[in-house]
Amino acid sequence: MLNIGGLHEGFVLDHIEAGRSMEIYQYLNLDKFDCCVAIIKNAKSNKMGKKDIIKIECSIDEIDLNALGFIDHNITVNIIQDDRIVEKKRLSLPKEIKNVARCCNPRCITSIEQELDHIFVLTDPKKEIYRCKYCEEKYRRKKK
Amino acid sequence: MRHLMSPLDFSVEELDQLLDLADDIEMHPQKYAHACDGKKLATLFYEPSTRTRLSFEAAMMNLGGNIFGFSSAASSSAAKGESVSDTIRMVSCYADICAMRHPKEGAPMVASAVSSIPVINAGDGGHQHPTQTLTDLLTIRSLKGRLDHLVIGLCGDLKFGRTVHSLVRALARYEGVTFIFISPEELKIPGYIKEDVLEAQQIPYKEVERIEDVMSQLDILYMTRVQRERFFNEEDYIRLKDFYILNNKKMRLAKEDMIVMHPLPRVNEIAVEVDKDPRAAYFRQVQYGVYVRMALILTLLEVHVC
Repeated sequence: MLNIGGLHEGFVLDHIEAGRSMEIYQYLNLDKFDCCVAIIKNAKSNKMGKKDIIKIECSIDEIDLNALGFIDHNITVNIIQDDRIVEKKRLSLPKEIKNVARCCNPRCITSIEQELDHIFVLTDPKKEIYRCKYCEEKYRRKKK
Repeated sequence: MRHLMSPLDFSVEELDQLLDLADDIEMHPQKYAHACDGKKLATLFYEPSTRTRLSFEAAMMNLGGNIFGFSSAASSSAAKGESVSDTIRMVSCYADICAMRHPKEGAPMVASAVSSIPVINAGDGGHQHPTQTLTDLLTIRSLKGRLDHLVIGLCGDLKFGRTVHSLVRALARYEGVTFIFISPEELKIPGYIKEDVLEAQQIPYKEVERIEDVMSQLDILYMTRVQRERFFNEEDYIRLKDFYILNNKKMRLAKEDMIVMHPLPRVNEIAVEVDKDPRAAYFRQVQYGVYVRMALILTLLEVHVC
């Protein structure tokens, strides 16, 4: 068991697929946060064998959970307030995400008009397929 | 206010009404000659087009309306770096409706989000070309008498051919349609059309490389051009451009009532000798394109002619 004591308010992102914590760090723009962030790689897990964990000490309004659902909806979000886990949140696939991922299609209008939001829409929940709202290019997840 | 971004923006019932209106325009053109008196159509063409632009302009003129616009990005303020959103906001002050062609996919959708006039997608990159689809549907319905229970072969550039993508989506809504995709490996129909449109609705399709193998099964053969402007690599274009050439020898394998369609312009994928075959429908298709664009302009402007 990992001790999450000492976190007064914030999140513990648990059950991250081993090796994906840095990807999530970047998606959530955690490098821009001034708060304390701890990344635990390859922690032992009964359920997953190995897993990553991210501990973020910040106000609970500051993280875009919608984006997190898009990145990996199997992640468990433990919300900490007053040094206690107040909620274990399961994520779902968001219907639409804005400015979390960029469209890589060189023919997409977003490739030349920089002020446009990059919006992806969930077109197939079963296969977890997202497509660019403008050009319908499929979002391709980065390979580990 | 409505825009047209994709052929699926209209329900099957709405599409029937639009095609009925186009039929009525074909039969009674005089009735519609002043339907758009005083109205203006802006043609915003950021890449070259002869057929689509002229078809829109002819359609508006047949309705008594006026036209203005530009025919390349170089002659528009895009050359100065103006965004699509800003251009459409400006054009909205001048025109009642606009048709936009843009090399970048999704540009008309960006325009429609801020426009105060109806925007018609007149082709966006390799993505959608809904008015060509409306033209194709009107041609099929007029010449085959139905839009359901058809075997349609789509041949050539199925990867970048936006007319093909739009037509597949539109015909997939009708019962009993079977698709046969005829293309080289490099120009196969994109995965998202197969996965999201066909497999999702369990619509039968197959992919083949040789046109001769399937010719006798087809009710419609839809030929396309391999487009130079869609390739980043000239070598690939040269290697693939002559992959399919339809000639009289291949036409002899087809049914007597099959029709050959093509969005035009053709380069050499249909031999000129085929033009004399009564099954060659591609020039009639151009005329249907004007009727259906007239019907579309009237519909989006909500002009009713009694």
